[in-house]
Amino acid sequence: MASNKKKEQVVPAERKTVLITGAAGSLAQRVIAKLQGRHDVIAVDFRQKVDTDAGIPSYLVELHKRGFEDVFAAHKIDAVIHIGRIFAHEKTRMQRYNSNVLGTKRLLDLSHKYGVKQVLIHSTYFVYGASAYNPAPIDEDAPLKAAEVTQDLIDSVELESLANIYMWKYPDLNMTILRPCNVLGPGVRNSMSLLLSRSIVPVLIGFSPLMQFVHVDDMTEAVILAFEKNHPGIYNVAPEDYVPYQEAVGQCGCHRLPIPSIPPMLPRAISGALNWNAFFPPYLINYFKYPVILDGRLFRQTFGWKPKRNLNDIFSYFRKKKLAASMG
Amino acid sequence: MKLGKLDIDLYERALGHLVTPEIDALVERIPKPTGSFGYDPWGYNEDTFKIALGVVKLIYDRYFHVTAYGLENVPQSGRLMVIPNHSGQLPIDGFLVGVGLATNPHGPRLARAMIERFFPTIPWIGNFLNAIGGVIGDPVNCGKMLEMDEAIIVFPEGVRGSGKPFRDRYKLQRFGNGFMHLAVNHNTPIIPVGVVGCEETMPALGNIKPLAKLLGIPYFPVLPVYFPLPARVSLHFGKPLQFGPGPFTEVQATECVETVKDEIRRLIDVGLKQRKSIF
Repeated sequence: MASNKKKEQVVPAERKTVLITGAAGSLAQRVIAKLQGRHDVIAVDFRQKVDTDAGIPSYLVELHKRGFEDVFAAHKIDAVIHIGRIFAHEKTRMQRYNSNVLGTKRLLDLSHKYGVKQVLIHSTYFVYGASAYNPAPIDEDAPLKAAEVTQDLIDSVELESLANIYMWKYPDLNMTILRPCNVLGPGVRNSMSLLLSRSIVPVLIGFSPLMQFVHVDDMTEAVILAFEKNHPGIYNVAPEDYVPYQEAVGQCGCHRLPIPSIPPMLPRAISGALNWNAFFPPYLINYFKYPVILDGRLFRQTFGWKPKRNLNDIFSYFRKKKLAASMG
Repeated sequence: MKLGKLDIDLYERALGHLVTPEIDALVERIPKPTGSFGYDPWGYNEDTFKIALGVVKLIYDRYFHVTAYGLENVPQSGRLMVIPNHSGQLPIDGFLVGVGLATNPHGPRLARAMIERFFPTIPWIGNFLNAIGGVIGDPVNCGKMLEMDEAIIVFPEGVRGSGKPFRDRYKLQRFGNGFMHLAVNHNTPIIPVGVVGCEETMPALGNIKPLAKLLGIPYFPVLPVYFPLPARVSLHFGKPLQFGPGPFTEVQATECVETVKDEIRRLIDVGLKQRKSIF
């Protein structure tokens, strides 16, 4: 990744038009708030038409549908920050594939067609797969083994392979892929956040893998840095701090619900039978069993990113939320 | 409530016996960067390590009556590969070498042992082995750890060494070359270690291969007793060997591996000559 070693560029002063997907999500909302004023922002979401401040055009459109091209035709877009993703619990596998994989392909094709100069993709650490044989810490060159574990993560892996093809095919897209660890914080609605917001949380008996967490505000900072400094490449985004899952559960003020861990199909069956799809889905069981620890040095060194919130800041949000709920 | 308090008192008293001030002081001296919850990227945890060290130190002193020679040869800091001979069916030798290094009066070190790949899949065991410093034997892991100036223990004989029958005792089995490539690629000194006594802890008459296969384990030894015998163990740490610079071809690596084997053989012979009684 020679491009990662490029000398640090000065933060561009020029005003850009930035299209942000998944604008309804908490991370995108924060990114929009940070960019607003310095750049022209266009908000796109497939779930709802996002309420935005004056001057920010907002579209309800699905990326793989024809209407999406009109957004590119109507604005001279300089950069794309692609955050929007359908989570596995939200729709069927086919709908997810259409949106996440075909939608991203369309986004990249349109970006190329309309001369977009920078594309930033928010991926996930899930792509590495949670395997008992994982080395630690995993760097960006490691194979993406998530698809080996479950078909439900194929869209995440395929999205990345696709992005990789475009990376060498159209270098003028200046693509950056960010693979963050677990992003948590107010408003975040990913599985891990939904899980730790609960009062009773399943844990696998005898397994407590190390995990990394990043606060959504720090992740916002990471996205802004990656956008403004523009060093194309693939980067893990993770702090150099680790905590076992079961300890994190306790720290978030949750009660542990131990569930049998062997044979491996048993916890999956339990999760399936009890419909824990949103927060402890069968396809993520392995991530609660084996660690996926990221080597985040490349990103930290390239962009000078340093998370401002520690694990305690992240967990105390969940504790306070539970306390507030219990006080009615 | 009273019972609860009593339990805690008992637990703390037991802990006090295991984690002696001496062990506390030793662990304090081990340079080890960990995160806010006391874990490093491989799951090492200082608190668990202290307790485990307390337990194994008792076994080290009172059961196997271990004597360690040449500890002054072990560098006090910087990356390091510790290469012992492997024997005794169970990885007891790994634990004992680890304790020897962690309690080294010249400068204690946490040595990471490379564990078998099936351990992480076993409930509790995987997490526990990680917490006391064990890491699965993956070249990427080794490389990363050496770059972070860790000390790692590698048994290049693997199960060929630990699973061999008693009649082959103190005969070095084939060494893999992987450790040599890692050492030269990461510019790491090698400390050869001759372990004497572990062969006698579990003298195997043979190996029931079909049973091992059925259980999914590397071997199933035929033993007079299925419990480690209290043989006296001596550890002989040699002087650091430096090879390279790499990268090596397989032929070059094999040659240098022979040098390491010769040195381990010599250290074992010294130990066997010194030994006055097996038990």
